Amino acid sequence: MSEIVLEAKGLTKKYGNFAAVSGIDLSVSKGEVIGLLGPNGAGKTTTILMLLGLTEATEGTVNILGKDPLRQPLEVKREVGYLPDAVGFYDLMTGRENLRFTAKLSGMSREEAEKRIADALATVRLSEVADRRVATYSRGMRQRLGIAELIMRECKVAILDEPTSGLDPQSTYDLLNLIQELSQGGMTILLSSHMLDVVQSICTRVALFHRGRIGFFGTIEELAARIGRGSFVIDVEADGADLQNVGAQISGVSSVQRQPDGRWQVEAAHDVRPDLARLIVSAGGSLKNLDLRRARLDEAYDQYFRELAHAA
Amino acid sequence: MPREGSPFKGVGIVALKEAADHMSSARMHLVMLLVLLTAIAAAWGAIDRIRDTTAEDAYLFLKLFTVAREPLPSFAAFLGFLLPLVAISLGFDAVNGEFNRRTMSRLLAQPVYRDAILFGKFLGGLLVIAIALLTLWLLTVGLGILTLGLPPSGADIVRSVFWLIATLFYAGVWLALAISFSTVIRTPATSALAALSVWLILTFFWGMIAPLLASLQPVDPFDPVSIVNQYELQQSIARFSPQTLYSEITGLLLNPSARSVGPLFMHQLQGAVIGAPLPTMESVMIVWPQISCMVAAMLVLFTLAYVVFQRQEVRA
Repeated sequence: MSEIVLEAKGLTKKYGNFAAVSGIDLSVSKGEVIGLLGPNGAGKTTTILMLLGLTEATEGTVNILGKDPLRQPLEVKREVGYLPDAVGFYDLMTGRENLRFTAKLSGMSREEAEKRIADALATVRLSEVADRRVATYSRGMRQRLGIAELIMRECKVAILDEPTSGLDPQSTYDLLNLIQELSQGGMTILLSSHMLDVVQSICTRVALFHRGRIGFFGTIEELAARIGRGSFVIDVEADGADLQNVGAQISGVSSVQRQPDGRWQVEAAHDVRPDLARLIVSAGGSLKNLDLRRARLDEAYDQYFRELAHAA
Repeated sequence: MPREGSPFKGVGIVALKEAADHMSSARMHLVMLLVLLTAIAAAWGAIDRIRDTTAEDAYLFLKLFTVAREPLPSFAAFLGFLLPLVAISLGFDAVNGEFNRRTMSRLLAQPVYRDAILFGKFLGGLLVIAIALLTLWLLTVGLGILTLGLPPSGADIVRSVFWLIATLFYAGVWLALAISFSTVIRTPATSALAALSVWLILTFFWGMIAPLLASLQPVDPFDPVSIVNQYELQQSIARFSPQTLYSEITGLLLNPSARSVGPLFMHQLQGAVIGAPLPTMESVMIVWPQISCMVAAMLVLFTLAYVVFQRQEVRA
């Protein structure tokens, strides 16, 4: 196990009687990309703010790079970058001027700042528009400018809040590639999102948030093993047969559900297509289509939260 | 819980950035154009008047700031009226504007304390006002020297510089007020309106409210002291308005023959040569309480903004 850069123990944040976050434990090693996932209002942003020391935790402790964000906020913020949800820049200043301002706040010398700004802008491919006002930037460009700021400041840990929300697929793809590059460069990254399928490709581990708690923390494979009980999903188009009965006769089938469009969805632990076909036909049904696919993680993820909601 | 690092790190950077923003903003250009035009008109009017009455007047140089030609008010009265507007227009969206542009959380994630951000914003605004004031003062003095051929004496310069500093504090009170409102109120338009209402009340209506409140204390027609008491009560109430304090300061600093801001009794004037100028330092001493009151008001308002801002949640 490599060195641990971020550790949170029992983080709790209460607003009056309402607990936005209750008892979160998190431990992140150097170079990891952690996805903080969960629906809106699950406590992701509050957790992030507490990790950064921007909000004081009601209970619990945080340790980032061996420092306490509440006692040594300046040192923590020097090494930990934060890209807020829907990041804002000063619209009347150019992209370069915006970065210059934050460079000065981090105490860089002018020459060094200019060099780092130019490099960072080149990395996020904003060099050509660097001297245009930020007001003319698209949302994707603003997010990339936010990433450029983290690159320029040479942060060791970057915390990105909903970096892909509101972006079109191409911009999302570009941004994720950028984040992956940063991670390969040795940066430890935490990013929050409510879309698992968007970020699963780049996350080494994910934490699922639900009502202020972490319901699951581990790799995507572990997640799939735990919540994708039937790892095979078969779409069935058939008339004249009740698949609920049919499914019950096959071993390994974990659920059969009727979809709104009239098709059936069968989840199973292995490929049950031959059994299905045989039984549907022998039950007098007409089989039109059998489609096998692996369970998509986002379905499993949706289901995970649905189950949690039911359980609550 | 002790925190490490200086709270003032980054103050200068924030202040200079704020000042640069103000200098290049269209809002500021409009307001400054208004101020410049009216100030020049007022100075011109004063110069015109002074030309007619040169022979009778003492302290001609200081008259540049206080003499008015109808219908225009004097230069000093103009500043007293317009500076709050300038300060409010600089400060009303200092904090909530940052939230609305969604730059606040990014700014707070930089390695500086919140203290530096708020303090920097205040200093940046004050810096812009100071530059504008100095420019106006130099313009007026220059106009006076050119058109009247009137070199100021050393004492005149000292008096008007003291007055200039007091004017800066006066503007500081309104800037601090505007910044407090921008911290407490989330919408810039509402905070601007709130600041303007306070300004309106203190500038135009306070003069009516003060006697009204003072009249609650009954006056005994057979006891002259009770009349004096009521007047003094009225004056203390009136002094809650920075406008009152500022006009008292102006009256004393720019008019060397003025001796008091309150009622003056015959026995106090015993041995005084009526109309003889007061030494500069004496005039400053008389309005010293007014000046410290304005500084105190500025600090109280700033502290309010500071406390609210420190406790504010980052998430808008």
